[in-house]
Amino acid sequence: MKSDIILSGVGGQGILTIAATIGLAAVANNLFLKQAEVHGMSQRGGDVQSHLRLSDKPVSSDLIPYGKADLIISVEPMESLRYLPWLSKNGWLVTNSNPFINIPDYPSIDDILNEIKKVKNHIIIDADTIAKEAGAARAGNIVILGAASGFIDMSFESLENSIRQLFKRKGEEVVESNLKALRAGSEFSGK
Amino acid sequence: MKKLLLLGDEAIAQAALDAGLSGMYAYPGTPSTEIMEYIQSSEDASFRNVHRSWSANEKTAMEAALGMSYAGKRAMVAMKHVGLNVAADGFINSAMTGVNGGLVVVSADDPSMHSSQNEQDSRFYGKFALVPCFEPSSQQEAYDMIFDAFDTSEKYKLPVLLRITTRLAHSRASVLLKEIIPEKKLCMPPDPLQFVLLPAIARKKYKGLLSSYEALKYEIRISKYNSFKDGSKRGLGIIACGIAYNYLIENIGEGNNEYPILKIAGYPFPKDLIADLTSRCEEVLILEEGAPMIEEALRGILDEGIKIYGRLDGTVPRDGELNPSIVARALGLPVSYGEDVPSVVRMRPPSFCKGCGHADMYNSLNEAIKPYGPGRVFSDIGCYTLAALPPYNAIYSCVDMGASVTMAIGAADAGIFPSVAVIGDSTFTHSGMTGLLDAVVKNSAVTVIISDNSTTGMTGGQQSHATGRLEQICEGIGVAHDHIRVLIPLRKNHEENVRIMKEEFEYKGVSVIIASRECIQTATKRKRSETSGD
Repeated sequence: MKSDIILSGVGGQGILTIAATIGLAAVANNLFLKQAEVHGMSQRGGDVQSHLRLSDKPVSSDLIPYGKADLIISVEPMESLRYLPWLSKNGWLVTNSNPFINIPDYPSIDDILNEIKKVKNHIIIDADTIAKEAGAARAGNIVILGAASGFIDMSFESLENSIRQLFKRKGEEVVESNLKALRAGSEFSGK
Repeated sequence: MKKLLLLGDEAIAQAALDAGLSGMYAYPGTPSTEIMEYIQSSEDASFRNVHRSWSANEKTAMEAALGMSYAGKRAMVAMKHVGLNVAADGFINSAMTGVNGGLVVVSADDPSMHSSQNEQDSRFYGKFALVPCFEPSSQQEAYDMIFDAFDTSEKYKLPVLLRITTRLAHSRASVLLKEIIPEKKLCMPPDPLQFVLLPAIARKKYKGLLSSYEALKYEIRISKYNSFKDGSKRGLGIIACGIAYNYLIENIGEGNNEYPILKIAGYPFPKDLIADLTSRCEEVLILEEGAPMIEEALRGILDEGIKIYGRLDGTVPRDGELNPSIVARALGLPVSYGEDVPSVVRMRPPSFCKGCGHADMYNSLNEAIKPYGPGRVFSDIGCYTLAALPPYNAIYSCVDMGASVTMAIGAADAGIFPSVAVIGDSTFTHSGMTGLLDAVVKNSAVTVIISDNSTTGMTGGQQSHATGRLEQICEGIGVAHDHIRVLIPLRKNHEENVRIMKEEFEYKGVSVIIASRECIQTATKRKRSETSGD
């Protein structure tokens, strides 16, 4: 088993929470794991990415080679396109449809969505609305993880368990709303 | 034994705690910051009362760690690569004095300059100081090496350098922990003159240092990290240093027996290991993260030996960090590139957060300085450096910690008027204060704006030594009371702030403007923790 995943977004959007959720599940499944993160300057509203590699064999490189990623999970649509050189021919791209606009020359969202639709395997999800409907307005990132969960070679229950573990400290209510967000995302992709 | 999922930085911190650390010293700097942060949040460190507060800069951190070592205890100091320039005086001379308790110096390099102004390779410092240097290839190796680094330090009475790079520092993997070693007891150095580098003593000590460097080449704790594995083919041999080894294995596979491979992760390494490799093959490929240090040594000046591929002949790019695809190309393997990035994708550089006080300060500064024309504002290292980019285009320098103040002095000496420095509060107490003293003594016509957000912002909001002390410090240094102006950078104060800046620009002496408003990130974090009662 091998899952090479690129997580992308803008600094502060919570891609490391997605990474931590998958990471915990990987550890619980006794998988090998390497996860390269971005800290420092780019976190101030710049583009950020994380390379997450899961395998049943030891992982050598902290970075995914070009053309070898099985999955791009993006919390921002334009950012999802920045990592296409890494996506393998049969890889999946799962992205939020809501743009994060903090630059003056942000392109038209239609142009971006058109480019995303050119990718053979893609899922575009309005994570913000789905998160609100699930009563977890701040859990858009978990909705997107839910939408991508079918492409990660681990059981859905193991992701649910890591949500429980990760948000336990914040109380039962936060755990439940994030679980709802995860399930709502997963249902969206299942349709 | 316990297994934890740790960043490279965290693995190093955990290892130091498990190896009986008594004191951790550091100044924040990407990619090294998480080492100290991990120790600060460790329950074990808190229970043992391991020293774990930030220092004013890397030099004070280095020297305090040496003092801890003097007292017979194990100490670690961590910094980013350019921080080792600041600490270099203490570091180089700690090799001359030697240590008492084990002393490990962690320098985190940033090839590709993700968050830095250069990509200098700290391994040169190890050789320069004549001390052992470890360069881990994985989080587990980093953890294990710390134990050997402390043991080596105590055996040879030398500080030991641990060189890591961004990719290892900020990548997570599971790490198997070892049994905990108790902390050392307080004990004075047996030789009362060990730390006295008077010339007559230093000359003797230098001879000792030179001979110990030779002995280190055969030290098992170092050489066990340098492994040679012969291959079935005798064409191309490969030398891979530190994390470069991972990219090699990613490409050729763990069980590959084709190439003779020498992995180097401990320095100094003995000549016979290299000779063993080169005698078996016709050509050598050298993979190093950072500068071509081994490659240059192997080529020498004449470069007349075995055919060498590496960063110097373009097989590997001369600059920037390695990745598996670069290494694939160097090996002549195919690279499977995905689709190109569509042209619709724009650059998204880092920018000020919404509601950042630096932004309001720059809006006022840009208006106040406009009549004088561009090119008059020198700046420094921190979030406020982002004002070099549009829409602000407000600053004209960012060189090294503290250089804003001193470059403004030199520019004023040359006749630039007004000459303005913009420096953050933490950078000011790191290395700006001595420059301000220069300005006061010479009565330079400079205006120093301290953009005070009461934290070390860019690295994630660590404690700033300047908080609550800036006015006192400036007065103590000798800035005239009337020319220490305090303002609050808010949009509603804009007109008044512009007026204050203009007044001080026209003053033909030293003025300091303290523009003070808490970082929006730390303020939000603080409020959140206050309401949740954490």
